[in-house]
Amino acid sequence: MANLQSDFVGIKSPNPFWLASAPPTDKEYNVRRAFEAGWGGVVWKTLGMEGPPVVNVNGPRYGAIWGADRRLLGLNNIELITDRPLEVNLREMKAVKRDYPDRALIASIMVPCEEEAWKAILPHVEDTGADGIELNFGCPHGMAERGMGSAVGQVPEYIEMVTRWCKMYTRMPVIVKLTPNITNVLYPAEAAKRGGADAVSLINTINSITSVNLDSFAPEPMIDGKGTHGGYCGPAVKPIALNMVAEIARNPATADMPISGIGGVTTWRDAAEFLALGAGNVQVCTAVMTYGFKIVQEMISGLSEYMDSKEMTSVDQLVRKAVPNVTDWNQLNLNYVAKARIDQDACISCGRCFAACEDTSHQAIAMSEDRTFTVIDEECVACNLCVNVCPVEDCISMVPMDAGSTDPRTGKVVDPSYANWTTHPNNPSATAAE
Amino acid sequence: MADNEFTPGIRAGRLEHGAYAAQFSDLHPPLDDHEALVAADRCYFCHDAPCITACPTDIDIPLFIRQITTGTPDAAAKTILSQNIMGGMCARVCPTEQLCEQACVREIAEGKPVLIGQLQRYATDHLQQQGIHPFVRAEATGKTVAVVGAGPAGLSCAHRLAMLGHDVVVYDARPKPGGLNEFGIAAYKTPNGYAQAEVDWLLQIGGIRIETGKALGAGLTLDQLKADHDAVFLGVGLGGVNALGAVGEDKDGVSDAVDFISELRQSTDLTALPIGRDVVVIGGGMTAIDAAVQAKLLGALNVTLVYRRGRDRMNASPFEQDLAASKGVRIVTHAVPVAVHGNGAVREIEFEYVDATMKGTGETLRLAADQVFKAIGQTLQGDGLPDLDGRKIAVTVTGRTSVAGVWAGGDCASGGDDLTVTAVAEGRDAAMDIHSALMG
Repeated sequence: MANLQSDFVGIKSPNPFWLASAPPTDKEYNVRRAFEAGWGGVVWKTLGMEGPPVVNVNGPRYGAIWGADRRLLGLNNIELITDRPLEVNLREMKAVKRDYPDRALIASIMVPCEEEAWKAILPHVEDTGADGIELNFGCPHGMAERGMGSAVGQVPEYIEMVTRWCKMYTRMPVIVKLTPNITNVLYPAEAAKRGGADAVSLINTINSITSVNLDSFAPEPMIDGKGTHGGYCGPAVKPIALNMVAEIARNPATADMPISGIGGVTTWRDAAEFLALGAGNVQVCTAVMTYGFKIVQEMISGLSEYMDSKEMTSVDQLVRKAVPNVTDWNQLNLNYVAKARIDQDACISCGRCFAACEDTSHQAIAMSEDRTFTVIDEECVACNLCVNVCPVEDCISMVPMDAGSTDPRTGKVVDPSYANWTTHPNNPSATAAE
Repeated sequence: MADNEFTPGIRAGRLEHGAYAAQFSDLHPPLDDHEALVAADRCYFCHDAPCITACPTDIDIPLFIRQITTGTPDAAAKTILSQNIMGGMCARVCPTEQLCEQACVREIAEGKPVLIGQLQRYATDHLQQQGIHPFVRAEATGKTVAVVGAGPAGLSCAHRLAMLGHDVVVYDARPKPGGLNEFGIAAYKTPNGYAQAEVDWLLQIGGIRIETGKALGAGLTLDQLKADHDAVFLGVGLGGVNALGAVGEDKDGVSDAVDFISELRQSTDLTALPIGRDVVVIGGGMTAIDAAVQAKLLGALNVTLVYRRGRDRMNASPFEQDLAASKGVRIVTHAVPVAVHGNGAVREIEFEYVDATMKGTGETLRLAADQVFKAIGQTLQGDGLPDLDGRKIAVTVTGRTSVAGVWAGGDCASGGDDLTVTAVAEGRDAAMDIHSALMG
C-alpha cells in the first residue's frame, strides 16, 4: 500500500485528509472521534477573541439542495465561529494534541482586524501545542457583517497586513484561508504570499440562498420568517474550488505556495483531483456532516490503491501532476478535431443525445425509425453535450480524427501541427506564425 | 371443528377470519411520496419515448413522471387522465410489463424498468382522493348519444362525449356500472371499492345518465336507440362463455370463472364465499389466472390451472403466470379436458395431453376436483348487431360499424387486444369520431 504520510508546510500527518474548521471540529468530543476514525488532521472550529463568545441562531443553521433519493449535493450554513468560550476550546485542544501527537491540529482564528487582537490570542494558541494556525478570512455570513471573515478576505491589503502580524507574533506556520466571494482569487492569494503566509487554504464557502419557501416567500434556511445568505459548500462547489486551486497553482507569483484544497471533497477521487491540481493536502467538511467520520477509511484505501496503480510511493508525487496541463483558452490546439461516436451496443435508445443536439446544438445526430442514433460527422463540432446528457457511461465518446484525414464538416485536412488562437488568421491581433 | 383447507368439498371459511383481508389486499401497495420521487427520478425523459408508443392510450409518460418529480402530482394526473380517463384503473390492471414498462429503455438496459404503472397510480390517486375532477364540459351541443355497456370502453366514450358537450345515456345490463372493472378483475388488483369510486369520479363531468338493467335484447333495440339518439356506441363486451366440450361438464361444481370472479368481487363477506379443496381452472388467459389465484387466496388446498398449449402461448403475461405460481397455483400445459367424472357433482376431471399441433397423444391425466372453473374464452352475445368480423363487431380504426350512426369499441369490437386500456382508447377515439360526425 502506498504511503500516505503527509508533510504540509512542515506539519506532519499520517494522511493528507484533514477536517476543515467547521461544526465537526467544534469540540474535543468530536475531534477525538475523528482521530479515532483515522483523520490525519483537524482544523479546529474557528476561535474568536477572549470574552463573551458569539451566539448562534436557535433555528435552522443549514439549508440544502438534493439530488436523486435526497442525496445531499450542496449545503449552506449560517453558523458563526465557535460559540464556546476561548479558554474551553484552548484547554480541549491541548488535551487532544497531547493524546494524538502524530495528528495535525490546526487552530482556525478570527479576531478583529486589529494588531492587538491578533497579538493577544496567538500565544494562547501556541500554548496548546497546535501545529499551525489558519486565518479565517473566508466566512461570508454573520461575521463578515462585523468586519471579519470574508470582509477581510475581500481586501487584499488587509490579508497581507494580518498575515504579517501573525508571522511576526508566532513561530507556528500560518495558513491563510481564502474566500471565493471575490472576482479573482489571485489577488488575495498574492496578498497572503506578500504577507509571508506559509500556505493558503481554499475555498471557504460561497455566498448563497439554497431555496425560497414558496408558501411563506422567504429564503431558506428561514428563521422566524426571515432568511439570510449563508455559505455554500459540498459536492456542488467542487468545480469552483478546483479552478481556484488551479489558478493559484499555475500563477507564477504563487506557484510555490502550498495549498490546502477545500471544497466538496467527498471521496478519494475528489481528493486526488485536488492534489493533482496543486493542493498539498485536502480538508473535508460536508462529506463528514453527511456520512460521518468513517468515510476517511474509503478515502485512505482509495487513494492508496490509486497511487499504487500509478506506481506513486508518496503523496508528493501526485501533487501538481495536472498543473502543467491547465492552460488558457488561447493556448488550446485549434487543429485538434474530434467527432462524437455512439457505441450502438451500449446505446439504450433513450434519445437524449438527439433531443439535446437537435434542439440546442448542431443537429448532428440522426434518429432512424427504429430509434438508432448515429452521428452526422458533417455537422458534429465535438461539443461533448451528447456525452454529458447520455445516461450510459462510455456509450458516446469523442474520437480524435487522424491527422491527414478530412473533416467532413469543414472540408479541411486535419493538420498534425499545433496551432492556437494567438496565431489564427481570424484573430485580429494574431502574431504571425513562423 | 371449523372447516380448513383440508376439508373436502366446496366450503366457506377455510381460513381464519382475520386472514382474508391480508389475502385480498393490494397486490402492489401504493408508493409513498418518497418512493414515488425515487422511482420517478429513474425516468430518463426519453425523446419521442418508446413507452408512449407502447401505451394504447398514448399517455405522455415522461411528462407525467417529470411532473411527479417536480412535486406536482395533480398536474401529472391531468396529463394521464386527458389521454386515458380510466388511468387510475389502468395503473392497477394494465399488463405494464408487456406495454410501457417493456418498452422502457431501462428495461432494455438493466432489466428494471421505471415503475410507470405504480407512478401512474400515485399521480391519479393523489388527484382523485381529493375528489378533484379536472375536466369541464364544453357548451351543450343539444346532441344525445346512447352508449350500451358501462365498462371501460363505454364509460371512456361517454366521458369524452360529455366533455365535448353532448348528453349521454349509458345503458348496462348489470345492476351497477363498471363492467369488467367492477365484475371481472381480481379483487387484489383493485381493492377498496376503487372501481366504483372511479366511476363516481368519472361521472362528475356531468351530462351522463346511467341506466342499469338494460341491454340489447333486454329492453333495448339498436333500431330504437338509433331513433332516440343522434349516435350509438356499443361497448357491450363479451357476455357469453365458451363451453368445454367435455363429457359431463354439466355436473355440479363446474362453473364459469367469470361468474366466480364476479361473485367474489360483489361479496361483502369473503368468509362466507365457498371454495373447493381441489380446484381446477381451465384456460390460459387473465381470467383463468385471476380465478386460480383467488381460489388459492380463499383457502383452496390444491389449485391447478390447465392450459391446452405451452406457457408461451398463454394470453396471461409471464408476470401473471409467475404471480399464480408464487401463490401456489400449479400450471399444467398441453392438456385438454375430455371428461368430468363424478356422481352428480364433479369428483375428478380427466385431461388428454396434446402435442404442439393440438393432436391427442393418448396420454391422460386425472385430477381430483371438487370445483372446476371454465375460462376458455368469452363470446359476443346479442341479436341484430352490426356486421361481424369473425366473432366480433367489425369496426374501422375510429370504431365505425357497418351501420350508419353506430360505433363500437372494447372487447366486443374487432381490432386491439382485450385489455382495459385498449377499451378506453377505443371508446375515446370513437367519441372523437362521433363528435366530428355530429358536428359536421
